[in-house]
Amino acid sequence: MNQALLDLGEYIASALGEAITGTELKNDELVLWAKPDTLLKVLKFLRDNQNCQFRQLAEVTAVDYPSREMRFELVYCLLSLTHNQRIKVKIAATEEEPVESATSLFSSAIWYEREVWDMYGIFFANHPDLRRILTDYGFEGHPLRKDFPLTGYVEVRYDETQKRVVYEPVKLSQEFRNFDFSSPWEGIVQLPGDEKAEKEKEGGVA
Amino acid sequence: MAEATIKPLTLNFGPQHPAAHGVLRLVMEMDGEIIERADPHIGLLHRGTEKLIEYKTYLQALPYFDRLDYVAPMNQEHVYALAIEKLLKIEVPKRGQYIRVLYCEIGRILNHILNITTFAIDVGAMTPILWGFEQREKLMEFYERACGARLHAAYFRPGGVHQDLPAGLLADISTFCAQFPAFLDDLEGLLTENRIFRQRTVDIGTINFDEAMDWGFSGPMLRGSGVAWDLRKSQPYDCYDEIDFDIPVGKNGDCFDRYLVRIEEMRQSQRIIEQCIEKMPEGPVLAPNHKVTPPRRDDMKRSMEALIHHFKLYTEGFHVPEGETYTAVEAPKGEFGVYLVADGSNRPYRCKIKAPGFAHLAAMDYMCRGHMLADSVAILGSMDIVFGEVDR
Repeated sequence: MNQALLDLGEYIASALGEAITGTELKNDELVLWAKPDTLLKVLKFLRDNQNCQFRQLAEVTAVDYPSREMRFELVYCLLSLTHNQRIKVKIAATEEEPVESATSLFSSAIWYEREVWDMYGIFFANHPDLRRILTDYGFEGHPLRKDFPLTGYVEVRYDETQKRVVYEPVKLSQEFRNFDFSSPWEGIVQLPGDEKAEKEKEGGVA
Repeated sequence: MAEATIKPLTLNFGPQHPAAHGVLRLVMEMDGEIIERADPHIGLLHRGTEKLIEYKTYLQALPYFDRLDYVAPMNQEHVYALAIEKLLKIEVPKRGQYIRVLYCEIGRILNHILNITTFAIDVGAMTPILWGFEQREKLMEFYERACGARLHAAYFRPGGVHQDLPAGLLADISTFCAQFPAFLDDLEGLLTENRIFRQRTVDIGTINFDEAMDWGFSGPMLRGSGVAWDLRKSQPYDCYDEIDFDIPVGKNGDCFDRYLVRIEEMRQSQRIIEQCIEKMPEGPVLAPNHKVTPPRRDDMKRSMEALIHHFKLYTEGFHVPEGETYTAVEAPKGEFGVYLVADGSNRPYRCKIKAPGFAHLAAMDYMCRGHMLADSVAILGSMDIVFGEVDR
């Protein structure tokens, strides 16, 4: 399994040349790094090539890394029934640059890309129907971004006088508590309060 | 009379409609009784599960998986536990694996009974649901006896299952298995040869292999179109490779074939359950690595180290080394996957849930076009949609 995937990665990288910027094998899973402008070429090759036949797009998702220059990592998970293999194609994306939509190759991408647009705000060019999908009608913001607060910005309630549901800014009756139980002492070489002993030791030597 | 162009009528189906299987809002453009376009509006049950998981430790995030597809909760926990085990590289003891497979198959039967009987009610048969829920209730009891909850089990844990099965439970599951084929025969007697049921389902919502692949179908939706693809066979996890079972496939890819596939899958599940009971080894059910799995209660009374492990596990939780995985299992509805990104801390950095129903519902428009209004209900029923997993 492992060797077969390595060979497959090398084969794809050599066949596609510059369109693939890197391959890596992690946890027995093959990841291909592609460039945004040649993404469709890569996906088409993976779908139609005899040795690949990744005919099913199982998943499209994104991961947000706000510290990176290209903050989003867009992941396409493909599945080949013929060869019983899975592969992931990744590209880096930003909120400004649109990514070419894969809907012309896989119909399942229509909803997957709608979801990525809704959750992360990555725009897909040439998408037939790029509307929000999971969030409320008229929702603002992209909730799965790391800078979107867990509590959101608005809350709803039924207003008895207006006889309809109204939106209001979130009012937390208790401050949002983010419990972090990570050990405070892990990775600390010098224990708090120990500075004095260290100083004395140094002083003693001098 | 002069020719007149008729504006298509827009019909709003759901979200409060018993045949919408939850909270689907389907906006349909009708030409008379023919559907020209069906636009599913989803997200009415969106709870932000993926966002919430990013703020919880690995173990705290596990119960969210019960609440996705609440019809077969343990199958979802399974994929999450498998993904963590893959990143942590821990082995599950054999007994733990067998218990998991046993409960996954109980979940499959739970799911298929619910789907087939509600599908039947959608196309006009009332009795199956009354008979089916009696069986479901028995299975729910097995859930309850193993973990204390009928629905929200939180039973599968990274490293195995939470606790061993109580005495006598396996014998009772055997008794259930012995009477189950008779129920299936009765159910089939009501539906399979039923003229009305066939008129409503045969050649409705037909989808061939290429279309099914293009739309990302999996599970019975794919097998109904004649593909013998089952992750339990092709990419076996836990002890599925030690168990003998068959994969039923359909021929025409219509609603009726998908119904037949599900009926046969229940028979196969029953076979798997019987084999699990027969082969169930003795031994621990949780991996002995106490950096990940909690220590036993009686150890905690005597051993200081066990107490520390317990305290650390339930406050800080375990740390998962940096890495990522896409792990998938054959849930009753199809390929249920988790794309888990770990950054080395005690919380998942990203946990994307791939729900099979999402891909199926995406093809609703494609499958409904040109069908009659009443067929949309049959197609929706045969897709096996549960909004907990579609909306997440």
